[in-house]
Amino acid sequence: MLVGVGGQGIILASEVLCRVLVLAGHDVKKSDVHGMAQRGGSVRSDVRFGLKVFSPTIPPGQADILVAFEQLEALRYLPEVKRKGRIIVSTERIIPTTAYTGPYPYPRDILARLRDGGLHVHEVPAAELAAQAGNPRTASTCLLAAVSWHLKVADDVWDRALREAFPEKIREVNFRAFALARQATQPALSNS
Amino acid sequence: MLLSGNEAIARGAYEAGVRLAASYPGTPSTEILETIAAQTDIPCEWSPNEKVALEVAFGAALGGARALASMKHVGLNVAADPLMTISYTGINGGLVIVSADDPGMHSSQNEQDNRHYARFAKVPMLEPSDSQECKDFTLEGFAISEKYDTPVLLRTTTRVSHGKSLVSLGEPLSLEPRGFVRDQPKYVMIPGHARLRHVVVEERLIGLRDLANATPLNRVEPGDTSVGIITSGGAYQYVKETCPEASVLKLGMPYPFPDRVVRHFAASVDRLFVVEELDPFLEDQVRALGIQVIGKERFSALGELDPVAVAAGIYGSKRRPKRRAQPDGLPARPPVMCPGCPHRGVFHVLRKLKVIATGDIGCYTLSVLPPLQMMDTCVCMGASVGSAHGLEKALGDASNIVGIIGDSTFVHSGIAPLIDIVYNKGTSTIIILDNRTTAMTGHQDHPATGRTARGEQTFRLNLEALCRACGVEDVRIVDPYDLEATEENIKAALANRAPSVIIADRPCPLMDRSSWGEPLAVEEEFCAACGACFRLGCPAISIGGAGPKGRRKARIVAEICAACGLCVQICPKEAIKPASVMKR
Repeated sequence: MLVGVGGQGIILASEVLCRVLVLAGHDVKKSDVHGMAQRGGSVRSDVRFGLKVFSPTIPPGQADILVAFEQLEALRYLPEVKRKGRIIVSTERIIPTTAYTGPYPYPRDILARLRDGGLHVHEVPAAELAAQAGNPRTASTCLLAAVSWHLKVADDVWDRALREAFPEKIREVNFRAFALARQATQPALSNS
Repeated sequence: MLLSGNEAIARGAYEAGVRLAASYPGTPSTEILETIAAQTDIPCEWSPNEKVALEVAFGAALGGARALASMKHVGLNVAADPLMTISYTGINGGLVIVSADDPGMHSSQNEQDNRHYARFAKVPMLEPSDSQECKDFTLEGFAISEKYDTPVLLRTTTRVSHGKSLVSLGEPLSLEPRGFVRDQPKYVMIPGHARLRHVVVEERLIGLRDLANATPLNRVEPGDTSVGIITSGGAYQYVKETCPEASVLKLGMPYPFPDRVVRHFAASVDRLFVVEELDPFLEDQVRALGIQVIGKERFSALGELDPVAVAAGIYGSKRRPKRRAQPDGLPARPPVMCPGCPHRGVFHVLRKLKVIATGDIGCYTLSVLPPLQMMDTCVCMGASVGSAHGLEKALGDASNIVGIIGDSTFVHSGIAPLIDIVYNKGTSTIIILDNRTTAMTGHQDHPATGRTARGEQTFRLNLEALCRACGVEDVRIVDPYDLEATEENIKAALANRAPSVIIADRPCPLMDRSSWGEPLAVEEEFCAACGACFRLGCPAISIGGAGPKGRRKARIVAEICAACGLCVQICPKEAIKPASVMKR
């Protein structure tokens, strides 16, 4: 399950992920919602794969991996993660206007709260990695590089999927971002 | 190939040899016509509204071409008028109408169940459950349409239309054009002709029922006979996911209701369930056969189903897995108007003027959310204009009433009620938020953009001249980035004891990022932390450093600032300036 804020490139990232999984030989389904929700709101994209997939949506509370493009959204979708699931979370924070006009401020201790849930939490400084790669819009590709450690998919499949997914103009920078972020996000062995 | 249901329907139209596709954009149906426009050579059109789309598709079918009309569920309400009578006339070339329903109302004002339209209009309905079926059923729909001389309804839901799954592609059919054949008793529905056609419709239903009983689209998937489940559409996937052992009757063609298949299936199982989203459409028809069934008492008629809800409905709540509690006290993240949105300035002024605002369908409907909260109604396309007039009649005065409608929505359904205001001596003020696109559904063109569905130049409908032709003499054009001019003009229009139209003219900035000016910045030492700019609800205005009395100063996120300048005009301390000016 990929979650974040409208405009962060979540739908495109889930497209790339699906391409990877199809190339790796899985049955794949995905479901996301377009339209009103995309205007800066909370966005969710469900991706499922396996021998045979029926429901395109992840059953409530049954996500194996939550990929959060933003900290608050990770916390919001925490109930969707399985008991022993994993969270891959970008350390980026996008503060909604409601945090200063509404009753609740932006929570301070999100990463700690995620870790307290007994889940495997993989923190990714996606924005910093994207800046290193030379384009802040590659943050979603950097997050995908972290995801690659959690899926048993060969490197050349990722290569091919990225090549197919990005138009030539931005292909090079996304390849650079992926390679750089894959190096930088290798989780400790005991956790992988 | 991994395709969305909508892409698969477009592919199905291509393989079926469709020669005309017409649509009005609406979530979750929009991508059908977008894909046809982008990836095929099928002649295709954005229509001003769904009624026109269906009438154009009908005309093409009359001319012997296969034709497709696609729309969201509420769009079929608009197109219901032609639908009811095209059912009587029948077609010539195949005609498939796609209704994309939105259970859960992800992007809609209601969650009506359009399966009722099949029964209402007495036309066959197909209900795909994944993308492969979206493509296959589109082809099947055209075959049924031509064989039985009827329009066919293809009904999807958000998860089917927007869900992606694997599809194997086929080759396009090459069809001989049939041409137009004059047949006045069939196509001219005067009462004398229509009475005879109604007989044909009823006989056709009998034939279609036989088809529904025989077609492989309605199939039994045998399993454990202690539990039997009748299901269709997206709900089928949830059933297969959570009840792999059960016997299942999958209805790909749920109308006309396949009575013999259902009787046979019901007799073969111990306990019979119907699993369907929204209304008890199948369930009622099972009961009408005198068969006992468990349905809506276990499965909600509200919103979407999901695999867990289906399992709990069949096997009881013990099957419901434990779930973490939702963390308390999280700030909501509702969709908001984008940075630089030209609607924002208009709503800021309206809030200041404390008017009653009848609203409409589009991005601007978001103005009802905090902090603007400046919209008092939202019902359906065009309703802002007519209801402003009715409100004036009830209150006896329109000096405090504004109807707000977007450009695409105005062309869709706002013109007739504007004529009504003039005709019936109203004095309302209507604001057309002309951002020169159908923005909410992802920037589709319409008659007032001057571009076709494939981006070709065409005649651009002149909204100002149109309003004047309707009899509105007081038509004003303002730039909604100019708050002072916007306020002056709205005040003058409200004071005018005659109908007024204000066209707030500014393209949606998302269409052309290169038009954005230099990002703005807050000079913190001048910022009094008064919060005035926060109340614009601009996502580019974030919290900065500490101010007096625990308040926070403003900070502008340069990467997303469109430099519309509204905050500059609002700031009482003149603390907001272009970043380069500030550095000096």
